[in-house]
Order: sequence, then C-alpha cells, then structure tokens
Amino acid sequence: MAVQRGAQTSVRASAEGGTAAISMRGVVKRFGDFTAVDGLDLEVAPGTCLGLLGPNGAGKSTTMKLLTAQAIADEGAIRVLGLPVPGESKRVRAAMGVVPQQDNLDEELTARENLEVFAHLYRVPRRERRAAVDDALALAHLTGRAHTKVDDLSGGMRRRLLIARGLVHRPALVLLDEPTVGLDPQVRAELWGLIDGLRSHGTTVLMSTHYIEEAERLADDCALMSRGRVVARGAPAELIAEHAGRQVVEHFGPPERLAEVERLAHAAGLATRRTGPSVSVLKAEAMPPSLAEELGPDGVRRAATLEDVFVLLTGESVE
Amino acid sequence: MTADRAAERVAPPRPLRRFELAPVGGIWRHELALFRRYWRSQTFAATVEPTFYLLAFGYGFGSLVAVVSGMRYLDFMATGVVGIAALFTAVFPGMFNGYIRRVFQHTYDAILATPVDVHELVAGEALWIAAKSSVYSCTPLVVALFFGLDPAPGMLLVPFVVFWLSLGFALFGMWTSTVVPSINSFDYVITGVVTPLFLVAGTFFPVDALPRWAQYVAMANPLFHCVELVRHAVFGLRPAADVGHLALLVVFSALMWLLAVRGMRRRLID
Repeated sequence: MAVQRGAQTSVRASAEGGTAAISMRGVVKRFGDFTAVDGLDLEVAPGTCLGLLGPNGAGKSTTMKLLTAQAIADEGAIRVLGLPVPGESKRVRAAMGVVPQQDNLDEELTARENLEVFAHLYRVPRRERRAAVDDALALAHLTGRAHTKVDDLSGGMRRRLLIARGLVHRPALVLLDEPTVGLDPQVRAELWGLIDGLRSHGTTVLMSTHYIEEAERLADDCALMSRGRVVARGAPAELIAEHAGRQVVEHFGPPERLAEVERLAHAAGLATRRTGPSVSVLKAEAMPPSLAEELGPDGVRRAATLEDVFVLLTGESVE
Repeated sequence: MTADRAAERVAPPRPLRRFELAPVGGIWRHELALFRRYWRSQTFAATVEPTFYLLAFGYGFGSLVAVVSGMRYLDFMATGVVGIAALFTAVFPGMFNGYIRRVFQHTYDAILATPVDVHELVAGEALWIAAKSSVYSCTPLVVALFFGLDPAPGMLLVPFVVFWLSLGFALFGMWTSTVVPSINSFDYVITGVVTPLFLVAGTFFPVDALPRWAQYVAMANPLFHCVELVRHAVFGLRPAADVGHLALLVVFSALMWLLAVRGMRRRLID
C-alpha cells in the first residue's frame, strides 16, 4: 500500500526537484547540555503518512520545530519539499501546514476570523481567499459556527479549527504534532477520518503521536524515536512482526512471579515487557515448549501490538 | 483537485525576498480583526483622558501659571499631552502584547510557522502600533481646539512626527518583553523608565526650569524631542532644530529595531 502510493506520487516529487518530501540527515539539536535530537536520520516519501512515535522527551516536537526553522539544527542537513532548511525555510513554510500540539488559536476572534488571518499569512491569493476559508470551515464541520468566538467553542471544535487553520492554503505537506491528545474517543475518530482524507488526496503527513492506535490506523510508515534518534522504522505490521512477533503471552502474578517470568524468558532469548500488573513475553509463537512448560499454563495469549514494540524499544520507564 | 492545488503551491514563482510586505499585511489583518473588538474602548480612553488632563491641569494649574515659554499654559500642556499619549499608546502595547502573545497565547509561534520571519513579525506588530498610536495621539490636540487652541496647518504634520516616537517606543516595549523574566517585572520598566521619561520631557513644565543635569537627561529623552517637534508644528516650525529632533527620533527607532529583532529572535527561535 505504502509502496504503491509512493510510486503514484513520484511524478510530483521529481517535478519538485527532490525525491523525499522530508529529508533529515545526521541532525543534531542541543539545548545547553541537553541533546534533544541526536543524529536524526528521517526520510518521508511524498504522499505518505509517517507516524513519529516516541515517549515524551524523545525529540518529536523539536523535530517538528526544526522543519519549520523555529529551531535551528546544530549539525546535519534538512531538506523539505526539495528545499534546504533553514536557508529556504520561508518558501517551505508557504507550502507546509503546521498543526501545533498546543492550541494557539486567537480566542478573541471568531472561527472564521482565525482562518481569514491565516489565509492571509499563508498568502492565499486574494480572489481565492473566501473560498479557501469556506472550504476550511466545511472541512472542520464548523460552517454553522463560523461566527462563534473561539473562546466559546468546545475542545473538539477548537482542535478541528486548529487543524483546518493549518490546511487553509492546501499545503503539500502537513505537520501534525499530537493531533488528538486529550480528546474524547468520538472526536479522535472523527479527526482520524479527516487526516486519512488528507493523505488520500496526496498530501504528505508527518504526525507525531504517542497514541499507538493512532499510528496503527493512520500511518503508512512509523518511525520510533527514543532519545533524539530513530530506533526503528517501518510499516506498523512490519515493526510488530520484527520486534514483537505474532503473539504475546501475558503472565500475571505478584512481583516475584513477574521477575521469575522475566528471568526465564530472557534466559531463553525472548524479550519481555511489563504490562502493568503482568509481564508480556514477546514472540511467543517462537517459544520452545520447554520454556512454555516452565512458565506454566497461566499465560494469556494475545496478538502482538505496536505498543509492545514501542515499550520494548523505548524503554519501560519514562523520564 | 486538492493535490493539483497543493502542487501549485509547492514552489512560489519567485524566491521569497529577505523582507517582504505580504507578512506585514497578514499581521495587520490579524490586528484589524482584533481592533474591531476594542476600537470603542480605545477611542473612549483616547478622547476622554486628555479632556480630564486639560480640565484638571489646564484650568487648575493654568490658574496659577498663565503663560509658559511664551504660550498659554493650556496650549503648552495640550501639546505635551500629545507626546505622553504617543508614549503610552506605543510602549504599553509593545510590552504587553509582545509578552502575552509570545508567552501566554503562543500567537507568535503560530505566525512563525507561516511564511513570516521574525523581523517581519516585529515590523508588522511595531508598525501597526505606531500607526494606531500616531492617529490616537492627535486626539488631545482635537480636544484642545475646544479649549481654545488656535488651529494651524502645521497640526497636520503631528501624526507624522509622532509616528517615529511611537515606532521607537513600540519597539522598545517589544524589546523589554524579551528581557523581563516574568510579566510582573514590567513594574521595573514602567516605574523605572517610563515614568521618568514622561515627566522629564517638557510635557507638563518646560525643561529649562530644571537643574542643568536634568536638562541633559531630557536631551537624551526621545519624548522631549517629540514634544518639541509637536510644539513647533503647532506654533511655528524651526527647520534647523527640527531636522535635528526628527533625526534623533529616527535614530532612536532604528536602534530599538535592532534590539527588538535580536531579542525576539533569541526568544522565538531555538
């Protein structure tokens, strides 16, 4: 699926004079003694949706800021839509939409006014502006609330408006930083539909998230970030198969029992992860019968998930 | 349809220039939308406040001091209040909008994700404040006309003079907003800098009544030069001196521009 989409959009990519919509090579960004991004390599093919996964502090937001030149890399090379950043960042920003994690809509203005201002800032030509704003309102299902002040909109409406604001100029590339954090399941599902619609129209999407389900549903490809670098890359199903196998067995019990399960599994070369009150043994389908016997019959089998990969690769404790 | 339109926007026809007007236009569009919300209150304040000043000081104080520097005290004060209005309507929005939009509302982060660079953001914000301030600063003159100030064609120059002071102080305010550690620290700026500036500028009393050292301080105060220019515009220009006063205001604005852009860049770009 992802490959197919890449082939479709390669014409557009070559017309743009580059192959990747985003290309980051050896990017390093330090804040004093803290290295937020530490030798990051990341390529995003045009027309695909890349899910940037990782725990808080992994460097996802800094990566987003580097792409808009709101942070300047200390080392490495960044090209977006074939143009160097920060050198040509203004041209890049004209063709890119940004949906920040933190709501920064103007609360004193109406939904429509917020979009009008950004249609200006994004330089939508005068004669197209009205239609662009109308389209964005329709996209966010806010046509009926166009003249409502942002302050009076619900949380879900605000987030839809925030997304629509980043799309008002029909960008070729959209950066979504945690687009559904803190929202009701209904609103999240609705936004997923919206994001999926973008991608199916050929827009490249880079979406950071720490909701595993979000990445599994929307992303063609996932990059798992930990401590400022990409530790795994691939389609969600590939990542699961490679790192967590097909099946996982969960054993419940008191802490001593969990430690025992971990010791036995590790001795047999199988990875484990803590799952709250239980320990999950990964790649259970490859478990030797002797180990299965040793672990006992109390294990609960389930399918391996991207979350297993996430915890396995980014560590069980988060700073 | 979406993809086609998206592709069109990938490469704007010309490389974006280093300083463009489009971003300034976009920022003014934002300001205009906000202005629609608060123009009534601002117009009320800008008209009623100088009326109170003129009533209280012009009549109250003017009954003790009839003539200052060869002019009616009320006329002297009305022209001084123009300068004060310019200072206040520039420095306070510069400080508070600069701080609130950057730190609390994150508006500047949102704007910098669009094709707007920091220097264009600063230019858009400061030019808007200066333009608004130079119009509103004329209201004391209009009020003074009702208190018997003689109309003069030179009054039409006042907004253009005031513009440079307002621009400089809007930028000064924006610069301080990048220096203060918290919004409460503005107290130091207001009491320590703004208050002495508006008192020692020949606004309510002429500076030649002050001790010599204070006169030198006044010379370094942009507001003093602005007030001189306003008085000359209203009561008769003195070309040689006025070119000097104006040059000083332009240099002040230029200096504040450099500080404000540097400060904002430091705070907004990691």
